[in-house]
Amino acid sequence: MSQLSEDTPWRIDAHGDRCLVIRFGEGIDVAVGKRCAAAAAALRDAGIRAVSDIVPTFNTVAVHYLPARFAANTSWRNLEAEIERVLNAADLDAAAHASNVVDIPVCYGGEYGPDLADVAQQLGISTDDVIALHTRELQHVFMLGFAPGAPFTGVLDARFALPRRATPRTVIPAGSVGVANRQTFIYPNASPGGWNIIGRTPLVMFDPLRQPATTVAPGDSVRFVPITEHDFTNWPQA
Amino acid sequence: MSVTVIRPGLASTFQDTGRHGFQHLGMPVCGAMDLRAHQLANLIAGNERDLATLEVTLMGPTLRFDAPACIALAGADLSPTVNGTPVPIGRPLVVRAGDVLAFGARRSGVRCYIAWHGGIALPHVLGSQSTYLRGRLGGYHGRALQKDDVLPLNVPLDEAAHASLADDLQKMAIYLSAPLAYNPRRRLRVMRGPQTGLFTDEALHTLFNSEFRIANESDRMGYRLAGPALNVRENRQLLSEGATFGTIQVPADGQPIVLMADRQSIGGYPKIGHVASVDLSQLAQCMPGETVRFEEIELAQAQQLDNLREQALASLAASLAPMRERIARSVRAS
Repeated sequence: MSQLSEDTPWRIDAHGDRCLVIRFGEGIDVAVGKRCAAAAAALRDAGIRAVSDIVPTFNTVAVHYLPARFAANTSWRNLEAEIERVLNAADLDAAAHASNVVDIPVCYGGEYGPDLADVAQQLGISTDDVIALHTRELQHVFMLGFAPGAPFTGVLDARFALPRRATPRTVIPAGSVGVANRQTFIYPNASPGGWNIIGRTPLVMFDPLRQPATTVAPGDSVRFVPITEHDFTNWPQA
Repeated sequence: MSVTVIRPGLASTFQDTGRHGFQHLGMPVCGAMDLRAHQLANLIAGNERDLATLEVTLMGPTLRFDAPACIALAGADLSPTVNGTPVPIGRPLVVRAGDVLAFGARRSGVRCYIAWHGGIALPHVLGSQSTYLRGRLGGYHGRALQKDDVLPLNVPLDEAAHASLADDLQKMAIYLSAPLAYNPRRRLRVMRGPQTGLFTDEALHTLFNSEFRIANESDRMGYRLAGPALNVRENRQLLSEGATFGTIQVPADGQPIVLMADRQSIGGYPKIGHVASVDLSQLAQCMPGETVRFEEIELAQAQQLDNLREQALASLAASLAPMRERIARSVRAS
């Protein structure tokens, strides 16, 4: 895979015959993530007829398309050219895009965050300091995946560079907030998983009958806000 | 005005062409595993291509019609019968109130699609009637059919017009052009992708020269293949990115997984290649325990074959217009 540079800020590759993936950089980097989100928004606004899904991730945007929606004999090369045109015309500069900020209330520790003490020990700080560090800065929503409405956000303080749990838990309650590799992940439903669970949000992250169906979207910023157990149990459900 | 489930079958779910447009929210596409058979069943029942059909798996359901209806079956041959009499696959069938559709032994394939003229009255969830089993949404209450479920028909046929419709439909020819006929290939065609170079030359040679057995754990999410290990040049952590129907990802154990209809929207394992869309229908009709082999195809050619099939489906839809009109004339006036 070739290196990206100032002259070639992105690279488009075919992933099979119904998907193109645009790569904007390597590694987990908020600046790259914001470019992905901006590119996804520009492509969405362009309303290219053959395109069915535009999926930003940490450093790429996948563009899924349906040949049935092409005029006859149109190849992926035409779609590639169209994407190049849209991206060249768009301002992908992160600073130009004010992102939507979503507050995520989190009840930290106790039964809601069974790994908080363990994380504090691994970080060599107190549990209060873990909470302070986790809530200090806005976090970028890189992508949703694994389950509908499940956000991967970052990038946390370098001290959060801890791995996932060696033995995944078989059941993690809905709303659980996990950390690993300087990221935060929220489980929308009860499921097995290996993230270090430091708290739980009372928010419903996904409801297919709600508009919009998810509490956060790729490109949003989230702010984790500590709440008490009393707040958690009395949180109004929309 | 409905159909009653007498026996649910092994895994009978309603599926359309998929829940497109929500993958960025983490929503899997779902939809029919065999999109060719799903679309054929719809067209032959006088429908548009993307109405939800019932995808039945291996052991079909037993269904009782409480109103006359026009239906069509396509895909696997699971020995379908109406009131005990064998009925053909790929032909419109007119059933009367009280008739029972049942299935028997598997003769070929795994998944059969049942289309009703006018479809079943199911809600659209995020723009689709497809069942997403893990998310418990879409289709019939987000789940596989159960005994005593009642499926409401959108458009029942007129009782009186029933006999003449059956006669007229019998006279109508349905011609499937080459791209639509079921012609199983000895080797499924695979395109290289941008991550193919992460694998050793030996892994590539193995992929295109070995037999892989479809493991028992295969399901609508993915087909797990067992065979000689496909190794990467160096073990390194990849970032998750968009995945597609047909992506072949290879976890650390070297055993490939072909992502299917219920795949997650993103995946983080190295991808050795992508099965050509045009060959996914054949894979979806393969049973655990059966073996598959692969050969390489260029992207441009895969896309051309995909386009040819899309055009063939559009041509078939156009050629069946008289049949659609004939069925529509037998719909009970409301």
